[in-house]
Amino acid sequence: MSPEWQAVWLTLKLAGITTVLLLLIGTPIAWWLARTQHWLRQPVAAIVALPLVLPPTVLGFYLLIVMGPDGAIGQLTESLGLGLLPFTFEGLVVASVIYSLPFTVQPLQNAFLALNENLLEAAATLRASAWDRFVSIAIPLARPGFLTAAVLSFAHTIGEFGVILMIGGSIPGETKVLSVAIFDHVEALEYTQAHWLSAGMLAFSFVVLVTLYSLNGRFQPGVVR
Amino acid sequence: MSHSDRIQARFQCHFDKFALDVDLNLPGSGITAIFGHSGCGKTTLLRCIAGLQPTKGQLSVLGEPWQTAHNSWPVHRRPLAYVFQDTSLFPHLSVRKNLLYGYRRVPAEQRKISPEQVYDWLGLSPLLKRMPAGLSGGERQRVAIGRALLTSPRLLLMDEPLSALDQQSKLDILPYLERMRDTLEIPVLYVSHSTAEVARLADHIVMMEHGRVVAQGPLQETLARTDHPFRLEEDAGVILNGEVAEVDDRWQLCRVAFDGGELWLRHHEHLHAGMSVRVQVLARDVSIALQEQRNQSIQNLLPATVDHIAREVMPGTSLVRLLVGDTPFLARLTSRSVHQLQLSPGLPVWLQIKSVALAD
Repeated sequence: MSPEWQAVWLTLKLAGITTVLLLLIGTPIAWWLARTQHWLRQPVAAIVALPLVLPPTVLGFYLLIVMGPDGAIGQLTESLGLGLLPFTFEGLVVASVIYSLPFTVQPLQNAFLALNENLLEAAATLRASAWDRFVSIAIPLARPGFLTAAVLSFAHTIGEFGVILMIGGSIPGETKVLSVAIFDHVEALEYTQAHWLSAGMLAFSFVVLVTLYSLNGRFQPGVVR
Repeated sequence: MSHSDRIQARFQCHFDKFALDVDLNLPGSGITAIFGHSGCGKTTLLRCIAGLQPTKGQLSVLGEPWQTAHNSWPVHRRPLAYVFQDTSLFPHLSVRKNLLYGYRRVPAEQRKISPEQVYDWLGLSPLLKRMPAGLSGGERQRVAIGRALLTSPRLLLMDEPLSALDQQSKLDILPYLERMRDTLEIPVLYVSHSTAEVARLADHIVMMEHGRVVAQGPLQETLARTDHPFRLEEDAGVILNGEVAEVDDRWQLCRVAFDGGELWLRHHEHLHAGMSVRVQVLARDVSIALQEQRNQSIQNLLPATVDHIAREVMPGTSLVRLLVGDTPFLARLTSRSVHQLQLSPGLPVWLQIKSVALAD
């Protein structure tokens, strides 16, 4: 595989895995945030939203420290025999999940907040348990929210650059994703390759968004600004 | 204290501006109207019974301890069904899937009502493939009732099922509710603030005011009481169960016999001799004379005895309870008339009834 295609494949793999993990992690967080009255709700919401306001380099810097040999997570992964996460693909997945968390949680939270509570109560009187209500009523009615969350998380992960550079570096086949590859090409004044990759990414992003808009008429851009 | 054929509920809960404090002992069959002005706690009571409103209290339904001091069955384990005012149909499911939502979640051996039966009763077959958004208000409510019945509930809770409907849709739905009452042996708690609906449907009544029960009992008996503080005001009156004895085609009247006498009322097309009917006589339409007055326009004159006088139920107004045979009537008179006629319990009088309405 050429280095370019390797970078494309690595990027898609990273975005795909990150999106799946985010939907699994983000759904319970969004459900809890949408429904709880607990005093921890505001602090948790703030932590989830942090990547929106922090420069990616700040986030990357702290992740590098925490996952490094002297960091808490670094020592944990080493004692488990997993080695260190920085400069590995797994490290990129962990960083991407944290970095894109608000892009999953906020659309889902909005979708769950918009759910008509009466429908969940009606389902309860029709013998549906809490889990059953979630699966049979909440998820289908929040479908546009899930679609938005998945697309935004996927797209945001593909466009990630600062965090990756901080904790992943530029190891071909391991951590050299598209955005880093483009940066390397430009630095080496290889504008032709940079053009190809950049144009490809532009076209890809456009196609994804058009597909999404036509699939889902209720898709609301601007849920996360 | 639990009886296997009754519904016993005791709840106490406090909210910011409102407290519910009720102790109910209701029959385990027929329709019990929970009646009161808006804000009196009717809906909260229903939500407590369903378990949707967590609260302290005790609830035993037909011998099953749904809620005790130590244990409360979660909503989805209570064998009840709830018809909501706004119908709460699931917008992402077809009418058929809405109807079968609860049915599929009830173990097969507990199903007593089949989908075909319900489609037939409520005329739902033509709607099955449609989505809820495309239904009219009356259709939506029929689907909601069908969906509730298909869980084969042991108790059916209905929260103002007709209040969001226009007059025509109400009239369309009422026969279905009557058929349900007469065919199924499911006890129904029916929240309403409409005396017309209560008069037509209920067998028992619970009257609520400010989160408390002010009267409960069989409908006719309870409506004819004058001693409870509940003010029906313009709607005070009695309901009689009677039978059509004669239809007079010439004058378009029909004669309804009840326990202790008979009344003439305007003929309606669907009435025929031998049919059981409910009639409503409002207290404001009843006046009293000491002698029989022959030369006047009122058709319904009945000999009665004064039973009880509630003075000053409203300023200058008294409510007089009278017995025709064993059947009670209420008359709303000015307190001056009560004084001038020197009415007192035991006095024989003549009732003059200006208007009698068919309740169903």
